[in-house]
Amino acid sequence: MNDTPAPADWPLYEVFVRGKRGLNHVHVGSLHAADDRMALTHARDLYTRRNEGVSIWVVRSRHITASTRDEKDPFFAPNADKVYRHPTFYDIPDDVPHI
Amino acid sequence: MHDDHLHPSLADGDGGDARWAFGTGFEDPLHGVDTTLPAHVDAAELAANCLALADDALIGAQRLAEWTTRAPELEEELALANIALDLLGQARLLYARCGQVDGSGRDEDAYAYLRDAADFRNVRLAELPNGDFAFTIARLLLLSTWRLAHLTRLAASPDPVLAAIAAKGVKELTYHRQYAAEWTVRLGDGTEESHRRMHAALARVVPWLPELYAAHDAREEVGTVLAQVLDTAGLAPPAVVPPLPGHGRNGEHTEHLAPLLAELQGVARAHPGATW
Repeated sequence: MNDTPAPADWPLYEVFVRGKRGLNHVHVGSLHAADDRMALTHARDLYTRRNEGVSIWVVRSRHITASTRDEKDPFFAPNADKVYRHPTFYDIPDDVPHI
Repeated sequence: MHDDHLHPSLADGDGGDARWAFGTGFEDPLHGVDTTLPAHVDAAELAANCLALADDALIGAQRLAEWTTRAPELEEELALANIALDLLGQARLLYARCGQVDGSGRDEDAYAYLRDAADFRNVRLAELPNGDFAFTIARLLLLSTWRLAHLTRLAASPDPVLAAIAAKGVKELTYHRQYAAEWTVRLGDGTEESHRRMHAALARVVPWLPELYAAHDAREEVGTVLAQVLDTAGLAPPAVVPPLPGHGRNGEHTEHLAPLLAELQGVARAHPGATW
């Protein structure tokens, strides 16, 4: 039995749900939970009760490394004028689907 | 103080397009089910069965709903309310079926709001006051395990409507049982105080087991699940006690049911036929 006092607040988790038709998990919000398993059931109760999902990921917020707002320009702006990186300059054969 | 914080980039959103969508593909559990009473089914017995199961669900739902604004955590409040709504949904379908087959033609509101305590057929464990969180969890563990076993059997009922309602309930109750089992383990294997409270709660609910078994004998399923959960939680099995006299299925209830019904039915009885 673990007798160490619990922290005053449960840690924060980020929730990702894969919708019925979606292909990837999408961030939908966050919640507090005492452990990973509880985070999963809380996510089920909080974020899929309107029939939104078929799969859930939860991850401790502290385990996410995110780019900051300050980095927005150096990170993303340089790509804005490089249209040649899009594969729109190729002729796609008629018999190639899904492009 | 922990080092968690909401990630700004995650909280930001990006205008929200396609980021969130309500679910689709809702299903009516009774879609395409023939509501004609099969010739070989005893209508009175079916009605009594539906009524009893509906009353268990309605009273259980009402007790769980009492946790709203009082639960230890916001997330748990919603979890308990979700479970209550599942049960309420089962009760509505069962009352509707009861009204179809008992010859009275009553609707679900008539059963829920216009009967007195002595007319209710729920097992008494469902009507006991909430107590602390551990008691609510212990009761939920017993009731959901027992009801799951019951509905699993009824999913093969000769009445197609009851079978469809039961099949829908099985999926819901599997989650309720899992929720209760996980909290039983968490409290039993938690601190000294949580262990003490969980043990005390189990000791209070176990005497009501014989009443459940008399209504539907699922002692094998319930016993197996209880033993497994208690073992994982490090909780000693509660002492076996003699059955309590009386039975909720006969309309014999504790003094706690009438006040519960007064709150549940007050508005509907003060304004008969009102819609809102």
